This record gives sequence, structure tokens and C-alpha cells, in this order.
Amino acid sequence: MIRSHVLVCGGTGCTSSGSAKVIEALNTEIAAKGLADEIKVVQTGCFGLCALGPIMIVYPEGTFYHSVKAEDIAEIVEEHFLKGRPVARLVYHEKEADASVATSLSDTAFYKKQKRVALRNCGVINPENIDEYIAVDGYRALGKVLTEMTPDDVIQTILDSGLRGRGGGGFPTGLKWKFASGNRGNVKKYVACNADEGDPGAFMDRSILEGDPHAVIEAMAIAGYAIGADEGYVYVRAEYPIAIHRLEIAIKQAKEYGLLGENIFGTGFNFDLKIRFGAGAFVCGEETALMTSIEGHRGEPRPRPPFPAVKGLFGQPTVLNNVETYANVPQIILNGVEWFTAMGTEKSKGTKVFALGGNITNTGLVEVPMGTTLREVVEEIGGGIPGGKKFKAAQTGGPSGGCITAENLDTPIDYDNLIALGSMMGSGGLIVMDEDNCMVDIARFFLDFTVDESCGKCTPCRVGTKRMLEILDKIIAGNGTLEDLDRLEELANYIKSASLCGLGQTAPNPVLSTLRNFREEYVAHVVDKKCPAGVCKNLLQYVIDADKCKGCTLCARKCPVNAISGTVKQPHVIDASKCVKCGVCMSTCKFGAISKQ
Amino acid sequence: MKKPTTTVKFQGTPEQEKQLLAAIEKNRDVPGALMPVLQEAQEIYGYLPIEVQKIIAKGLDVSYEEVYGVATFYSQFALNPKGEVAIAVCLGTACYVKGSAKLVEKITEIIGVEAGSTSPDGKYSVEATRCIGACGLAPVLTINNEVYGRLVPADMPGILEKYM
Repeated sequence: MIRSHVLVCGGTGCTSSGSAKVIEALNTEIAAKGLADEIKVVQTGCFGLCALGPIMIVYPEGTFYHSVKAEDIAEIVEEHFLKGRPVARLVYHEKEADASVATSLSDTAFYKKQKRVALRNCGVINPENIDEYIAVDGYRALGKVLTEMTPDDVIQTILDSGLRGRGGGGFPTGLKWKFASGNRGNVKKYVACNADEGDPGAFMDRSILEGDPHAVIEAMAIAGYAIGADEGYVYVRAEYPIAIHRLEIAIKQAKEYGLLGENIFGTGFNFDLKIRFGAGAFVCGEETALMTSIEGHRGEPRPRPPFPAVKGLFGQPTVLNNVETYANVPQIILNGVEWFTAMGTEKSKGTKVFALGGNITNTGLVEVPMGTTLREVVEEIGGGIPGGKKFKAAQTGGPSGGCITAENLDTPIDYDNLIALGSMMGSGGLIVMDEDNCMVDIARFFLDFTVDESCGKCTPCRVGTKRMLEILDKIIAGNGTLEDLDRLEELANYIKSASLCGLGQTAPNPVLSTLRNFREEYVAHVVDKKCPAGVCKNLLQYVIDADKCKGCTLCARKCPVNAISGTVKQPHVIDASKCVKCGVCMSTCKFGAISKQ
Repeated sequence: MKKPTTTVKFQGTPEQEKQLLAAIEKNRDVPGALMPVLQEAQEIYGYLPIEVQKIIAKGLDVSYEEVYGVATFYSQFALNPKGEVAIAVCLGTACYVKGSAKLVEKITEIIGVEAGSTSPDGKYSVEATRCIGACGLAPVLTINNEVYGRLVPADMPGILEKYM
């Protein structure tokens, strides 16, 4: 009899930290101790707390181990599984100081305020085993839809739930379905899933596919029934090998169980699903570009209208939603509209998954009800900023979004509030920046990304973003003027209004947002020729504090360009015209006398 | 996006060509076959030299220009082979704000290969990649698919030494 289940995270984050080796070591060690019939190791999807990976939880007691290495396994098996004494040094403690109090997973500050809907099975079931999904009500929603509801009932339910697209725009999902629902049975239609998670710094869609792939398959079949489509495509990033692998397994299992294919549940409904791989193009997250890519071409967007609901994939009516949106659908069908609308704000219902990253203690994946404040996410769930640094801004919406400053930390997060703040929900990347991050540099980073990823089809985006980048480069090099700031703003507004697709229409947002919220930093770059955060190399000056300098000559000897001069036991000076700003002097000085300004 | 043409001499084997023709045959009737075929071709050869693109164009009965257009559009398709030691530094947002650009600088300083290129002897290639989704370990890089996380520039000499 199995007396204990050991759940080990097999998401990309923990796999990168070595969880596959942990699982291997567990299986070997458990077999060696003759416990194979008593202890079962389960590889699950993402728990969310990637910063502390690999994560491992032992049930029934719920012992929460973190940062587990393969070398620790022998000790855990011997002490915990044989003798019943959890290995204290690897158990998660909320408070570093009080190591005697083990904190269970659901009681941690990281999990307490979370509400897991889209992520509900991630870290709970084995995603490679369809039986485990079925055991947690999997495919019951599909059964309910096919046997008890008409396609119009399904659409009405999704409409009433207020579910909005989780991939960026926030368009009402039910409305999309409704637009594509006409002429059922007479026209070939498609259901597509956008799993081309392009925002650098967002990984919730990947985690859902890795941790709960059947939820997406089930929801796509439901969408197929609702609009009258018998074929679906999942367009997934080729950079996500684990997600692809698990999705392939899941589709195969669903077909074997008759949950995909012909005559599903004996109702005469047919639905087949195929996977297509993206090949690294951000623009393919745009719906028309994604479809062009599935058709085998360069992923360039098409003008809308006609909208995909009328003329989409292969010229046929198509519904396209993203992974997280789909993951909500079976839950809405099963638990009802009231359950879903009880969560969230007036116009943004349900929950949203955020990928917390950047300069924050608990990097990872969190799911909170819409309307949770940014402060709760950053300070409570995220555990604040490491090293006692000061919060500067949080970037949402990735290269299409903007930054939210400290004054707005108490704004409830929902689609409309974020837009009012000059940012957007986007796919849910939430990157925290502290005082050491230069906002001009960050704006340049995002613009560099969009210039690289602009498909080149329309001029405002192709040429305009490039010109903006050149101006930013000029500012960072210390050659900017105040007029450049006005020119940036002017160009940004042209690009926003004249670009063909969402990429170009939102590409200037990071620049506009930082200009609005951190104009003084731009001014410091162009007027004072200084980078207040000390990031932009050309604007840095290394300076020796004469009071602290002992004249040991070490820095002068280490300087690769002989820019430092001075006599022994006298304060040294740096010749700014020779200095190449390599920083060697600062790291060699034993007295902390050298600083960059 | 900068996409240099193929600079390395083509050294495909008959065995590889057989696999490629089989991949073309398998996908011929799939709608939008070009992308899957290019992906399989890259699996077989490791990159997409012009010779391979021409075989695909002929096999799928599309123009070579179209094949080249698609191959150069997507950043995953490579026109040159990767180095024996393929270094890929993540420059996604989470890694960037934690200083991954400094890792690239340090790597270039140590092995003398700029991001986006391969050393002349084919030993090293350095690539700045988009988010690989291991944001919890930022900043991260991969060398031949081995993941290294939570790095500072000072870690680089020790890591690279293993591959020298």
C-alpha cells in the first residue's frame, strides 16, 4: 500500500535547477531501501515558487522541502521516509530566524493570498497521466456541455461569466465565440490556441501546459462545440520542449480515451487537435500573424477586418484564445457563472496569473483574484525586494506595457486600471525594478526588443521604432538634448496611431510610460549627462574619495589604461578622459574609496 | 534582424538527405507544410544551409525565395551551424534587470566571440536568446542545453573553463 506521495516539481524552472536528477535519485534510493511499494514519486507541474526550486512536497503530512539536491536524497529517504523525521535544514521556513517552525505550503505568505483557478492542478497532479486529471473532475465539463447544453447555452455562459482574454487585449471571450458561431455545421471552422508566449518574462502559459495540459485540450473541445468547429490547432513556442512533450502525451491519451476524435461521449461531436511549433517570432503572438504562421508563411499580420471570427485560419472562421483563458473555461462550466463572477472587480472577473520576476525575493508564478493591489503582490506574496533596496517601478505588459510607480502600488489590478495608469495587463509578466535599474535603459531594452521583432510589413513600426531606438541610444551615449525627448514623444504617438498590428501600436508604450513617470531621469541623462542609477556606462564617472584613499597605489597598478595617478600615501585621482569605465579600480580598492557617479 | 548568409561549407551526408526527403514526403499534404519541414530539417542538419533550403523548395514545390523568406523570418532557424560549445544567454526582461547583459560582456571578453556569432574555428557560438522561461533563476544562460542560473559575471571564468 502507498503510505506516502512525494510530489516533485517538473516545471521548467525546477528542471533547470536539477529536479530531474532529484526524481532519479529518489526512485533509486526508495528502491534500494525496499520502499517502492510504500512511497510513490510523482512528477508534477509548477508549484510557482521557482526561486526556491527544486521544490518537493511529501504527503500526507505536507512537508515542504525546497532547494533539494540529488545529494540530499539519501538523507531524506533515510531520515524522513524510514524514521519519520523530516530533514529540518531543507524544510521551508517562513521566518529565517525561527527554523523550528515548519510552514506548510498553503500557509506561506506566498500562497495564502493566492486563488488558484487556471493553475489549480499545477503542482497537484501528474500532467502525464490522464487518469489523475479525470480524478480531479477532468473532462466533466466537456461531458456536461455535450450532453446537457446547447452550443448557444455554452456561449451565453462564457458571456455571462465576463471572462476576458488573458493574453493581452482583454477582449470578452464569449463575444469572440459568439461572432464565430454563425452558420454552424455548414462552414469549416477552427479553434486555435495561442501558446506562443512571447513576452520575455512571462511563463504562465508554459506552466499551465506543463502542469495541466488536459485543461487546455478540454476547453478547446468545448469551444469547438460552441462555435461548430471540428478541428483545432495549438501554436506553441518551440523553446518550450517540456510543454510540447506533455501536450503531445496529453493529446495522445485523450484520443485513446475517446475524449478527442470522432463521436466524443457518443454524442456525434467530432474534434481533433494538432500542434504547430512557433519558431521564435514575437509578432506571431498577434492573432492574424499567428494564423499566417500556421499556414506556413512568414508570420506577418493581416489588416482587420475581416476579423478571424469571420475569416481566420486558412480563410475560415476561427476562434483564437490563449492558454490561460482556456484553462478557466472548464471551471466556469463546472462551477457556474456566480462562482466565477464572485471573484474580481466589476469589469474584470476571475483571477489572473502573474509571472513575478526581476528584483524580488519570491520570483515565480502567482495567481490572484483581479482587484488585488500591486502592493499585496509585490510586498506580501513576492516578499519584497532583496537586499533592502527601494522599490522603483513594476513593469506589466512586457514590451507592450508600461511601468507602475510606487505612488500607484495600492491600485487594484484589473484590465481597466492598468490602462488608466498607462500600462496594460498583457499576458501577466510582472517585473519588479529597484533603485539600481535605470528607466531609460529599461525603455531602450524593450524598444531594442520590438525593433528586432518588428516584422517589417508596415512602415511606422519598421522605421519608426528604429528611429526611436536611435534617439534613445543617443541619450544613453550622453549626446541627447531636451528636444530629443519631445521628438521621442511625437514619434511614439505617430507609431501608436499608424501601425498595422498590436506590436507596433503598443511598441512605444514603455518609452511613453517611463517618460511620463521618470522624466527627471531622462532630463538627468540629457542635461546633467548623468545616469542616476549608475547603469549607462558612457555617463558614469569613477571618482576617488580623497578622504578615504590611503594612497596604496593598488588601483593605479590594476588600471588597464593607466588612467589613475598619484604618489604613494597621497590620495589618487582618475583621469576621466583616459578612463574606459571598466570598474576594476572600484572592485580592487580595499577602502571603499572609489565610487561611480 | 541581422541574418548573415551561410558562410560554412556544406557537408551534408546522403543519410541526412534521405531523412530530409522522408520528412518532406511525410508532410507534403499537411496544410502549411513549410514550417514543420524546416523544423525537421534543422533537427537533421543542425542548421538550414542554402543547399537544404533548395531541396525543400523542390520537394514541396514552392519557390526557393519563399523558403528563404520563411527561414530568415524566424529567429529559431539558423543559417549557420552552432559552435561545439553553444552558449545562449537569456536576455529576457527578468534576466536583463538582473544583469544578464553583463554576462554577455564577460563571455565576449573571455572567449572573444561577440553575441550572435560563431568563432572562426567553429568551437564557440554565443547567442543572446529570448526568455527561456527560467525567470526564477535569473540571470540564466545555457551551454549545450545545460542550464546555469543565478549568475554574476565573476562566475563566468569558472563555468567556461569546463568547456575549454
